[in-house]
Amino acid sequence: MEHAVETTLTVNGTRVTRSVAPRVHLVDFLREELGLTGSHIGCEHGVCGACTVRVNGEIVRGCLMLAVQADGCTVETIEGLSDSKELAPLQKAFHEHNALQCGFCTPGMLMAAQDLLRGGKKTRDEIRAHISGNYCRCTGYQAIVDAIEKVMHGQG
Amino acid sequence: MKAPAFAYAKAKSLVEAFDLIERPGAKILAGGQSLIPSLNMRLAAPELLVDITGLKDLTVIDVRPNGLHIGALVTHAQLEKSDKVAKHVPLLAQAVAHVAHPAIRNRGTLGGSLALADPAAEYPACALALNATIVLAGRRGERRVSASNFFKGLFETDIRPGEIVAGAEFPKVDRSIFLELARRQGDYAIVGLAGVADASGKRIAFLGAGATPVFAALASRAVSLNAALEVLDRDLDPPADLYHSSATKLHLARVLLSRAWNTLSKPH
Repeated sequence: MEHAVETTLTVNGTRVTRSVAPRVHLVDFLREELGLTGSHIGCEHGVCGACTVRVNGEIVRGCLMLAVQADGCTVETIEGLSDSKELAPLQKAFHEHNALQCGFCTPGMLMAAQDLLRGGKKTRDEIRAHISGNYCRCTGYQAIVDAIEKVMHGQG
Repeated sequence: MKAPAFAYAKAKSLVEAFDLIERPGAKILAGGQSLIPSLNMRLAAPELLVDITGLKDLTVIDVRPNGLHIGALVTHAQLEKSDKVAKHVPLLAQAVAHVAHPAIRNRGTLGGSLALADPAAEYPACALALNATIVLAGRRGERRVSASNFFKGLFETDIRPGEIVAGAEFPKVDRSIFLELARRQGDYAIVGLAGVADASGKRIAFLGAGATPVFAALASRAVSLNAALEVLDRDLDPPADLYHSSATKLHLARVLLSRAWNTLSKPH
């Protein structure tokens, strides 16, 4: 019964078809099958946000979606959004504000922050609420909020 | 951790889903935002996951004579953005902001939350306050269960084998308020309140205050805030959690009741 399921999805613009065991979640699939190791695995139960990726344009937890469920979906990862330069202003602002130390949370943090930037201007409280599902154990968030705010107000 | 091995099938129709969920060890997968963590932590070990997210009939939000029908597969994010929900069931629109985080709201569903019946979750308490009707689909047709009969115990509902939550119907009320206290934005509630009121009176339910969402019958009928605060300990006996004693939770429930009372008491 636990046979692999043929799954076709578009990842960062490239169509891929693989035979996937149902138990494999999306971020393991991206990392191990496709070698896209920019999306990180932290808690594997939806708490830390390190695995945040976009599916059909919306951010999701990569550890809380099975790879087989992504059949027919468009997936974008930190690699794709870096290459397309969509994240360039945020990446620059994170760098300038020291909005990371170890950097483990950063790919997920950037995915979540970019999701917010697509929705127009927000207050600092709203920024904090939006990234509340992305844990950073180094920075205390202040510099991250600063960086996001700067880009939001067009100074990134 | 990694999930144990299981088989996967995506149902193309309700009829196919009924066939699939009768197989041994089958479990329904909708948004997966509670089920997949429980698999990853190996708290659940189904043999087959039946993915129902392809069932388009369960994705509608529809104004009906008895109230607003919301399909089981409507996600938190869709609910959050829906004008119909904001207009007809503002209680849910207020509650959804407290449901986890944006990335989770993009996949988690109304039906999943009701079917899981987590006592700390938002929608079960809203359903109870509104006395919503849960619509269950089965081979022999639809069965409709009021929220007050639906939540039976800790993670236990009136769903019978072979049934799938198809959606829920939420009646329109004049006033509503949803309040929640959590350690951080998006965390599970320490305690929360879903309250509604119209000409027939108030209906106040609490989350995080028992094994199920709890309807505060005595406080709802009280003539004044002071009277309601007085009787709340007869409505609620909240179990302690890792951080909060039962007495703290009861205190916090009273805090929320005080904050909600004026909104629910405006003249009709």
